[in-house]
Amino acid sequence: MDENLILEARNVSKGFPGVQALDDVTFNLRKGEVHALIGENGAGKSTLIKILTGAHQLDSGEILLEGEALTNLTPHHAMECGISAIYQEFNLVPYLTVAENIYLGREFMKSVFVDMDKMNESASEIFGAMGVAINPSIQVSDLSVAYKQLVEIGKAVSQNSSILILDEPTAALTNKETENLFKLIKKLRSEGVSIIYISHRLEELQEIADRITVLRDGRYIDTVNIADTDRAGLISLMVGRELGMDFPKPTPASDEIVLEVKKLSTENLLDDINFKLRKGEILGFGGLVGAGRTEVARALFGLDNVTQGEIIIHGKKVVNRNPSGAIGNGIGLIPEDRKDQGVLLNLSIRENIGYTFIKQISDWIFVNRRKERGLVDEFQKKLNIKCSSTEQRVSNLSGGNQQKVVLAKWLAGDCDILIFDEPTRGIDVGAKQEIYNLIKELAEDGKGIILISSEMPELIGMSERIIVMHEGVIEGELSASDVSQEKILDLASGKE
Amino acid sequence: MPKRFNLLKSIRKHGIFYVCIVVFIFFAIASDAFLSRANLMNVVRQVSMLGISAVGMTCVILTSGIDLTVGSVLGIAGTVCAKLMVEAGFHPIISVILALLAACLCGAVSAFLITSVRIPPLIATLGLMGTIRGIIYILCGGLPIYGFTKAFKVIGQGYVGIIPVPVIIMVVIFITGHLFLNRSRYGRYIYGLGGNEEAARLSGVNIRGMKYLTYIFSALCSGIAGIVMLSRLFSAQPTTGDGFEMNVITAVVLGGISIAGGEGKLSGVVAGVLIIGILTNGMILLNIDSYWQMVVQGIVLLIAVGVDQMGKSMQGKTGRIEKAEKAA
Repeated sequence: MDENLILEARNVSKGFPGVQALDDVTFNLRKGEVHALIGENGAGKSTLIKILTGAHQLDSGEILLEGEALTNLTPHHAMECGISAIYQEFNLVPYLTVAENIYLGREFMKSVFVDMDKMNESASEIFGAMGVAINPSIQVSDLSVAYKQLVEIGKAVSQNSSILILDEPTAALTNKETENLFKLIKKLRSEGVSIIYISHRLEELQEIADRITVLRDGRYIDTVNIADTDRAGLISLMVGRELGMDFPKPTPASDEIVLEVKKLSTENLLDDINFKLRKGEILGFGGLVGAGRTEVARALFGLDNVTQGEIIIHGKKVVNRNPSGAIGNGIGLIPEDRKDQGVLLNLSIRENIGYTFIKQISDWIFVNRRKERGLVDEFQKKLNIKCSSTEQRVSNLSGGNQQKVVLAKWLAGDCDILIFDEPTRGIDVGAKQEIYNLIKELAEDGKGIILISSEMPELIGMSERIIVMHEGVIEGELSASDVSQEKILDLASGKE
Repeated sequence: MPKRFNLLKSIRKHGIFYVCIVVFIFFAIASDAFLSRANLMNVVRQVSMLGISAVGMTCVILTSGIDLTVGSVLGIAGTVCAKLMVEAGFHPIISVILALLAACLCGAVSAFLITSVRIPPLIATLGLMGTIRGIIYILCGGLPIYGFTKAFKVIGQGYVGIIPVPVIIMVVIFITGHLFLNRSRYGRYIYGLGGNEEAARLSGVNIRGMKYLTYIFSALCSGIAGIVMLSRLFSAQPTTGDGFEMNVITAVVLGGISIAGGEGKLSGVVAGVLIIGILTNGMILLNIDSYWQMVVQGIVLLIAVGVDQMGKSMQGKTGRIEKAEKAA
């Protein structure tokens, strides 16, 4: 038994309806090490972190802190045990000062008043020890992302945290800021703080991590010393799985171009995006979260301002200023966030299916019930939406059935180009297969399909070509014949 | 067991109608005068303006907005109409049309402030409420306007058979609102955008256009209510409609329209309007002090919304339990 362990997760399992997020996962953290946790999207990293910080309760297994079992861990309890997590979305109150944020809920008091001077002083001491210069009386909303992150770390330090969890800490940092962060992490490590470090950026792990644990599909794969492995070895650990699904390969596309994108750039991220989509083709978009795939969809759909470039549909240049314009030009978007962007949870299945193309089932301004009935019945059967009645509220359906309702909403019209953004996220295996079959049928019917997916097997199994993006640019294109998960991951994590 | 469950379900679903019936029965027992035909007709006539405005307010609240200008719009429609008839000598019909256009303009300004300037609906219409009220005082110099032709009385005081004209107008507006909300595609858009504006936008709904439509419709309803009021009082008072917005919101929320938007049926609003009418009328019949009437009305609103919220959190809990059972 390793004497030096501070935190241990033994045989941890956690299921959500429809998904086994963690399956018998073991993870251990030594005192004063930086232990990286890697895996593809959906591998179970976030779930593990949430269990360690008490945000989720485990179904089975145990968590040991310095050899003692922790039961019924709550976020508050985890904090008392010295476990602090810093997420990509910060937990700071923007309109309070740095010092007020650090001591939120633990303010220094002078009778009934908050002792600001003492809080500022003490915050300064912490930053001094961290080797960073932040004025503690400044308002947090005035700080840059990098500084906000430092404030979060300072808060953790002030709580005497012995375990610090960093979730993608460098995602929004510049190179210089990343360097500073690494210096700080090394300093904390030398002071005996143990760090769990989650990152998609394999190169930086070589510099910062001591050991790496790989998760895949909610299962523990391996833990390796950084010295014993390299980038290729890590990628093969992250991937290394069979394509479990049965992916219907569509018939080859015709040569007719339905959509051409030339030199597309947007204000926020995209830079010089060029690609062509043929009739009947499924074009995959791969890349990590934040690579700009969704932004491509948004730009095509008239949601983000296009600063430069052209969108050409059927040989005609179009400008989509808003979604209704894009729909008019024959583009449909099945958005990535089902609950917030896809379905109308407060409406029934019937009302949802008829929503987008309601003009088609209306006479003048009134909805024609008979036409609506026909349309709704057709799609309920076609997509096999399981429900007691089409009058049922969509909020009562399972994720997979909700997603089918979103699809029906879009298939009711006759869009030539359909963009699927993560169409199978968070839905069960059976519904996934049905959606794959449906996408294939649509391609066979001559639709041009853009498939954005973070699930490698799905992306590879469905697409004829795959465009891989990294930080707003197209990093490369792979055809179905020479694609592999390794090649995609290699492109997606950005070559140096 | 299943039968009792259904009753509970029915109460949960149509709770406001049961409340309406209970209030009705209470006053029917407590006061001898309440059940007379004349009094009952009086009740519906009194609530007609409230009901007319409530239809527009329902549409606005369904989009998860709010319209505090209804009282002021009611006032300005009356004032404009009165001025046109008395001072400009316009025919009443033309005056009414122009007054309603003025009301619609107010709605368009609300929508402009909300969609283009991006002021939250509560603040935009609060500001406009005061502005319009000020304009009313400026227009009439703080004095009432009167001296209309007799024929103008018909709108607010006339009868068709035994049914008062204002009640007929209210019924027509409710039917229009019902067709608009439940049968037309715009109604579907309104429910959708109230429940999830982003999803509605991604479905190609012209959000801005829909907001203009709803706020203008709300203002139009209040404008019609203003004309009815003018005809009933037979003079335009600068204070007309002061505080009216609160009654309208109370009726709509009582009717089960969720202030968060996207939830609730116009049929419930009918009950909400009737409850307010019965309460006001009944308390007057019982000689309840007018200060106490205000207390009772406030409490009724709080109880209605409180019960609704508690019902929702209960639903949330059972939903979670069901999910947990499924997962297990």
